[in-house]
Amino acid sequence: MIFEMSALSCAFPGCRWSVLLLVLVLLVCSALPIDASASVYPLRGTEGSNLTNVTTKKAFPVIGVNYDHVRKPFEIALWILLALLMKLGFHIIPRVSSVVPESCLLIVVGLLVGGFIKVIGEKPPVLDSQLFFLCLLPPIILDAGYFLPIRPFTDNVGTILVFAVIGTLWNAFFVGGSLYALCQIESVDLAGIGLLSCLLFGSIVSAVDPVAVLAVFEEIHINELLHILVFGESLLNDAVTVVLYNLFEEFYKVGTVTVLDVFLGVVCFFVVSLGGVLVGVIYGFLAAFTSRFTSHTRVIEPLFVFLYSYMAYLSSELFHLSGIMALIACGVVMRPYVEANISHKSYTTIKYFLKMWSSVSETLIFIFLGVSTVAGPHAWNWAFVVGTVVLCLVSRVLGVIGLTFIINKFRIVKLTKKDQFIVAYGGLRGAIAFSLGYLLSDSHPTRHLFLTAIITVIFFTVFVQGMTIRPLVELLAVKRKKESKRSINEEIHTEFLDHLLRGVEDVCGHYGHYHWKDKLSRFNKTYVKRWLIAGENFREPELIAFYRKMELKQAIMMVESGQLSSSLPSTVSMQNIEPKPIPRVSKKQEEEIRRILRSNLQNNKQRMRSRSYSRHTLFEADEEDNMSEVRLRKTKMEMDRRVSVMEGRVSHYLTVPANRESPRIGVRRVRFESDNQVFSTDRLPTAHFEKPSYPSTPDAVSLEAEFPKRVNQKTDIGPKVYASDNHQRELDYQSLARCLSDPGPHKEEEEDDDDDEIFMS
Amino acid sequence: MGASQSARTEHEFKDLADRTGFSLEQINNLNKRFRQLSSNKETLSREDLASIPDLDNNPIRLQIINAFFDKRNLSQSEVGIVQEIGFEEFLMVLTHFQPAAMDITEDNREKLRRTKLRFLFNMHDTDGNGIITLEEYRQAVEELLSKAGTIAPETVKAIADAAMLDVASTTRGKMEPDEFYEGITFEHFLQILKTLDIETTMHVRFLNLDTANMRCGK
Repeated sequence: MIFEMSALSCAFPGCRWSVLLLVLVLLVCSALPIDASASVYPLRGTEGSNLTNVTTKKAFPVIGVNYDHVRKPFEIALWILLALLMKLGFHIIPRVSSVVPESCLLIVVGLLVGGFIKVIGEKPPVLDSQLFFLCLLPPIILDAGYFLPIRPFTDNVGTILVFAVIGTLWNAFFVGGSLYALCQIESVDLAGIGLLSCLLFGSIVSAVDPVAVLAVFEEIHINELLHILVFGESLLNDAVTVVLYNLFEEFYKVGTVTVLDVFLGVVCFFVVSLGGVLVGVIYGFLAAFTSRFTSHTRVIEPLFVFLYSYMAYLSSELFHLSGIMALIACGVVMRPYVEANISHKSYTTIKYFLKMWSSVSETLIFIFLGVSTVAGPHAWNWAFVVGTVVLCLVSRVLGVIGLTFIINKFRIVKLTKKDQFIVAYGGLRGAIAFSLGYLLSDSHPTRHLFLTAIITVIFFTVFVQGMTIRPLVELLAVKRKKESKRSINEEIHTEFLDHLLRGVEDVCGHYGHYHWKDKLSRFNKTYVKRWLIAGENFREPELIAFYRKMELKQAIMMVESGQLSSSLPSTVSMQNIEPKPIPRVSKKQEEEIRRILRSNLQNNKQRMRSRSYSRHTLFEADEEDNMSEVRLRKTKMEMDRRVSVMEGRVSHYLTVPANRESPRIGVRRVRFESDNQVFSTDRLPTAHFEKPSYPSTPDAVSLEAEFPKRVNQKTDIGPKVYASDNHQRELDYQSLARCLSDPGPHKEEEEDDDDDEIFMS
Repeated sequence: MGASQSARTEHEFKDLADRTGFSLEQINNLNKRFRQLSSNKETLSREDLASIPDLDNNPIRLQIINAFFDKRNLSQSEVGIVQEIGFEEFLMVLTHFQPAAMDITEDNREKLRRTKLRFLFNMHDTDGNGIITLEEYRQAVEELLSKAGTIAPETVKAIADAAMLDVASTTRGKMEPDEFYEGITFEHFLQILKTLDIETTMHVRFLNLDTANMRCGK
């Protein structure tokens, strides 16, 4: 995509910019009232009245303009288009995007657009709080919550909560109190601001913003611990912010504070946060339960995920509970169950839609921030604004240092000074603060001043801190994120370690972290999974699920790349590990299988020589043609070749039975079709041909005769999966159909052997 | 206990604290636990450990119990199994689960990793020849999956084979078909588990507070 765009920009140097300019102009025009439509109506009216009296012939209007009709959606679409084009533009200019974080650039664009609109004489649109909270914020939070890395989060949840709750409280009171003290100084001329006002302001400006944090931290790739600390804090402090904001707003209206009010405030905090989580959990379970039944209507599966989550958010906002926490809780709770139930395509859809929406939202938020800055009425007071910025920084640093000192007494992996610095420096403020400030009713005389100060703080944190954090991370040599994927060994040993540590805890006699984790996991397995996971999959241990997923991923990778993926050993095979002679299947079984396959398989024009493994030799003789199949592509032969290699590798893995109840082991062959690749088959890991994985009972083999029933004319791209019994087949089908495309019936194709030569069609 | 006896125990504990790196309170607590498990005898036997009810649900309980009695975990050079261990040996095994100190140097961190990974390695390498063979690995995977319902043995084999294949390819790379990969050596083990950050994840919280009133599962 970048390729094409850069080619495009090479060919037409000014083209992209002219497109952007065009969009900008259109956008501005959309902001202007257009009278064109207004003028059409009188004409029609007079025409009508004329017609009754005079039969004047007016030409039928071939083209007319009716802008009002489409105004709103047009504007919205245009804004989003602008946002996305900007985003596109930034990534094409390599130098800028590596120095300046995207959020900064977007704010600048917003400033420019706002300035442009103002110059024209129109009123630029301000970031409407309702729009922000109901439409722009949820996708980002849902994306964050759904893909929240659970393990680091739960390992550090204590630390995160301390930072979120106590840190935010400290920030709010420190900033509010200090500003009040500042206002008391005669020279700054701010005597009109009461303590409650200051505290309200403090509570708005003190919360770390998840949108800004995500935007900046995503680009710097720091290690998981720091990322989850800052990010988790930004998510969980929403409850505190909501409570403080509402509390101080109420107090401000009333004017006085009593002890009872404070106590109620504390109670309110617990209600808001736990209530939000509860709402999220309920909707999460509903979503999981619904996904259990969606096996026949796969297309709408992603919608359930999105809608239940959005309902959770709206429901909790309805009751003044913390919507963000509800959304996070919903995403976290429903994910493991939903992912066990939905198809792979749905999973991909969910992932991409969430990323897409959150990306658009983020872009729009930053652009609107810029536009609102130009639009909003400002009241500038040097002392107040500068004081706010400085105090925010100071309170953040003090808060982090102080809290880390306390937290480190309880942590085993202590937070170093470097970690503390990053956590403090990563406390960015963003659009939530602005929206909350905007929500302030006009009864506040100093509303404009507050807004100006908030915007200044946001600008400062996003620009200065956002831009400098990347070089600082490199300068301080902070540990970065590990990019490697998890291997099966790591998975095995992680589980092993979990059990080991739990065992040692039991030996030492105290119920620690691992003990409760295990209890929860066992409860989950025995009770919860039974209800929420479709089919028999709920009994599958995690290791096996992981293993199957891993193999499927590798299979897809192999097919898509047409070569061996890097993680597969190219030369090591089971022969190297277990040099026993591979037992041949008995003659009788060979014949049986050969006969069945002959009646089902498709014609293959070129025969491949078999390898030395016994399994492949069985399929050497499939010369018969399958009358119902028509080969549409020449490259199918290549695919078959590839497939046979795949089949060798994958089918072994696929012999992992998904269903405990059915002890029959099936031969599963996977076909992958893709267009173009020629597959070279030098040493391939066609290793795992062990006897048990072969259909050892005639029962299993004879069921293959059922396949002809399922044969159909479809020859599109997708996996064709078989299992030797229908029940298992459905499960395998599910799991394998996940990895490639459509869940249609399959056709059976001819077995093919792999070979050493490169096959050219 | 007489004053002289408690003084002697104090002295012993201090000595142990210096050698093992536990704090005095932790040693006190662990001693109480030891006494509890061993029914106030001087040594702990396998049956004592096996009778802890909480361990019943643990799929790898046998291996954990064996680890306590494995000579390799008690000292570097010997191989074999002991039948009973004293308090000191009990502590020696538990030192493998101490967390890394905050200001640990890189060298010490590496040493700590090796010690912890050695412990893990010894748990898998049941015959003590320094290599985890395919059979031993299969055994380990089977144990791991043993509590998860009835698993077909082919599954276990498949997983263990894939894992072994992964190790072989990561560590040995290109191999001729007639070469034989004997098994995972300790160096290979270190290599494949490099990303787990063992020095931070493999730790158990040893309590400093008095746990006498806590319900322990005996």
